[in-house]
Amino acid sequence: MPTVAPATIDDLAAAVRDTAPSSIAVRGGGSKRDWGGVAEVAELEVSTAALDRIVEHADGDFVVTVQAGARLADVQNVLGSKGQWLALDPPEAGATIGGIVATAASGPRRLRFGTPRDLLIGVTVVLADGTVARSGGKVVKNVAGYDLGKLFCGAFGTLGVIAQCTFRLHPSPRAIRCVSVPLDDPGDAVRSLRRSPFRPSAIEYDGTRLSIVVEAFESAADAQAEQIRALVGGEVSAAVPEQFGARPWRSGEVGLKATFRVGALSPALALARGFRLSAHAASGVLWLGGAVDAGVLDELRAGFAAYDGSVVVVAAPDGMKRKLDVWGPVRGVEVMRRIRDQFDPDRRMNRGVLDAV
Amino acid sequence: MSATTSALPGAENPGNVALDGLAREFVAALGPAAVVTDRVQLRTYECDGLTAYRCIPGLVVLPETAEQVGYVVRRCAQSSVPFVARGAGTGLSGGALPVATGVLIVLSRLTAVRNVSVDDERVVVEPGVVNLDVSRAVAADGYFYAPDPSSQQVCTIGGNVAENSGGAHCLKYGFTAHHVTGLEVVLPDGSVSRFGGLAPDPPGYDVVGALVGSEGTLGIVTEVTVRVVAVPERVETVLAGFRSMDDAGEAVSAIVAAGVLPAAVEMMDTLSIEAAESAVACGYPAGAQAVLIVELDGPAAEVSAELAEVEAICERAGAFEIRVARDADDRVAIWRGRKSAFAAMGRISRDYIVQDGVVPRTSLPQVLRDIALLSAESGIRVANVFHAGDGNLHPLVLFDSTRGETAAAEAVSERILELCIEHGGSITGEHGVGNDKKKHMGRMFTEVDLDVMQLVRCAFDPQSLCNPGKVFPTPRLCGERPGRRTGVHPVQAAGLGEVF
Repeated sequence: MPTVAPATIDDLAAAVRDTAPSSIAVRGGGSKRDWGGVAEVAELEVSTAALDRIVEHADGDFVVTVQAGARLADVQNVLGSKGQWLALDPPEAGATIGGIVATAASGPRRLRFGTPRDLLIGVTVVLADGTVARSGGKVVKNVAGYDLGKLFCGAFGTLGVIAQCTFRLHPSPRAIRCVSVPLDDPGDAVRSLRRSPFRPSAIEYDGTRLSIVVEAFESAADAQAEQIRALVGGEVSAAVPEQFGARPWRSGEVGLKATFRVGALSPALALARGFRLSAHAASGVLWLGGAVDAGVLDELRAGFAAYDGSVVVVAAPDGMKRKLDVWGPVRGVEVMRRIRDQFDPDRRMNRGVLDAV
Repeated sequence: MSATTSALPGAENPGNVALDGLAREFVAALGPAAVVTDRVQLRTYECDGLTAYRCIPGLVVLPETAEQVGYVVRRCAQSSVPFVARGAGTGLSGGALPVATGVLIVLSRLTAVRNVSVDDERVVVEPGVVNLDVSRAVAADGYFYAPDPSSQQVCTIGGNVAENSGGAHCLKYGFTAHHVTGLEVVLPDGSVSRFGGLAPDPPGYDVVGALVGSEGTLGIVTEVTVRVVAVPERVETVLAGFRSMDDAGEAVSAIVAAGVLPAAVEMMDTLSIEAAESAVACGYPAGAQAVLIVELDGPAAEVSAELAEVEAICERAGAFEIRVARDADDRVAIWRGRKSAFAAMGRISRDYIVQDGVVPRTSLPQVLRDIALLSAESGIRVANVFHAGDGNLHPLVLFDSTRGETAAAEAVSERILELCIEHGGSITGEHGVGNDKKKHMGRMFTEVDLDVMQLVRCAFDPQSLCNPGKVFPTPRLCGERPGRRTGVHPVQAAGLGEVF
């Protein structure tokens, strides 16, 4: 598959337009190449590697505009020099901004800051016919027009190529404290934390240990961590544990994302018994890794559906994915198909990846 | 009644013939109390909170259930009759302006709170539930619903979803879009779809995200699942008086730069202080040319650290008086002045226009100086009340229509929006585009941008029956591809900025 790596949005648009009617695969940093449905081999791969500029960091406004191919880690370095950060922390190394938005990838601190949809305030996209369009803007508060950014979050590139994004930023935390406590069932501890006056950035559970992260002014972080320790036990440290927020699957295994109403943590964990796991424990999200066949997947789906949740196959070798229903049932899928038909009537973009829609 | 029948010779107004048939059907199906056809009664629905635009609806229906909403929409769609949803009618952009040949569907009778699940941090309500009633439903458990538009005592959740409503505290807590996790929607063809629910991250496109803020143009929401959050342990409200707007603006920038994220940062200028004093005697610092209200909330330890920092910053920026609310009553007293500001304008001006624009926060001082200049040049007074933390201006343009000042006031109001665009901001931060600002959309977006947005519209409403004529300056035919216009962006063309 030939690859082009345009260096401007206009060139990107031209590459997409000139490829018509052939199919196109969009590639960012490649850190989540095995996510989603099995991608069909496309006639052209469009890489955002050369679109990696930070266009504007308006630090006084806590806003950054970056091209899609910029790597999150590089962006954080630049923002960090001004005491700011883009409050997204998906663990995939080498991930680009465009890929993170396209997959709606999230990490532990979504508890406090949300997911890409919550921080994206403006977007420039290139549709399958080469049309360049933009929505939102560069101010946080803005309700002019439809918010296309939200539709592109998690669309896996099927509505068009994300070319440039503008995000709301947050101040870098002054101090971090982590309370770690070993627990077989963290359900009660997480419930009492959610009802407590504390405002952790993250509450993570890895199957044996609950980690509660507090980020604030030093004195406030200390005070909160001490109070949290008094509430749930454990130890306070000044850093997160190793492997914090890491996805629990190994190469060659199936990785799943299961969601549930947030009050159902204990039964959700019971459903996940036998898997390695990483839970955004107070957000209703479980990442699971292990051996999965169609029967196991069906059982899990029935189990999580009882908590209004879903189970999607995130990552797996193509051979395994072909035997699985990657996305499972999708609520409102008819409307989604109509949206896709409007944006990409010939279904040229990232064929196979979001095959449910 | 079909469109063909209504076009028969002799029909004075084809739309109205179709409506007569629908009215009879709706009376039969929903009962006479749910259908308004009387001209005088119809008139009470002729506008929303923006009274400058008026249109008497052809027919008003007040359904009581989601099924009835579905039925009404289905019949409208089958008859090619346009329809508009309306909640409490508090919108400020004419988003619920009726169509003369269409049906106005009033949702104020869908008021059930369907499910309160504090353990899941979710409440499921019908669209006619009043914003504040969501908080009331979970208050005993120590939770609240964060988006707090100033009309929250009367405005409904359905309207909040349509407009993506914000409020004073959205600086920290976000807008309606950040708090809605599930929707049941009657689509413009009358079918019912659900998106999202109690759990996060539903697979597929974020349709909930697309629907929130779509101003009623993509369907009618019949059930909303919202996130509620725990009431903060401690709240501190600071009132600071400054000798100039520049000093107050300086304080805001310093607070944000210090890494403090207040729940709210509100600013008022001398004219709005004067109006508020005359209306509610709020007792703001005497002689202040600007006041700042900074509200901090969160864990006690965090709030006390932030409070010390905010007080120090205000002092350094030149605040001559700083008050910290001692208790809840005190806090209410501080907010009373701010909250009364819009209504209080009636005391110092016969007429006024409430504008809603956004600029990057760092541009605030310059934009405020520009507005002052504009006011001086035109002789039209402008009072400034705004959410300073996020650069959301609400200039109140004061005029007297009996003295022929209307046109001049409108010109000033529009010029303020142009300033917002020139500074890279937005023509609306929370009131919506509606009917009022669609003419400005072409200054913020290219025709192609708007065409692409309308692809979403075409996916939902190919017949363009659902709240037609709102948001977009030029409706487009579904099926066309977005225009291949090669021209530069209007903002760029005018040398006002770079397209980002």
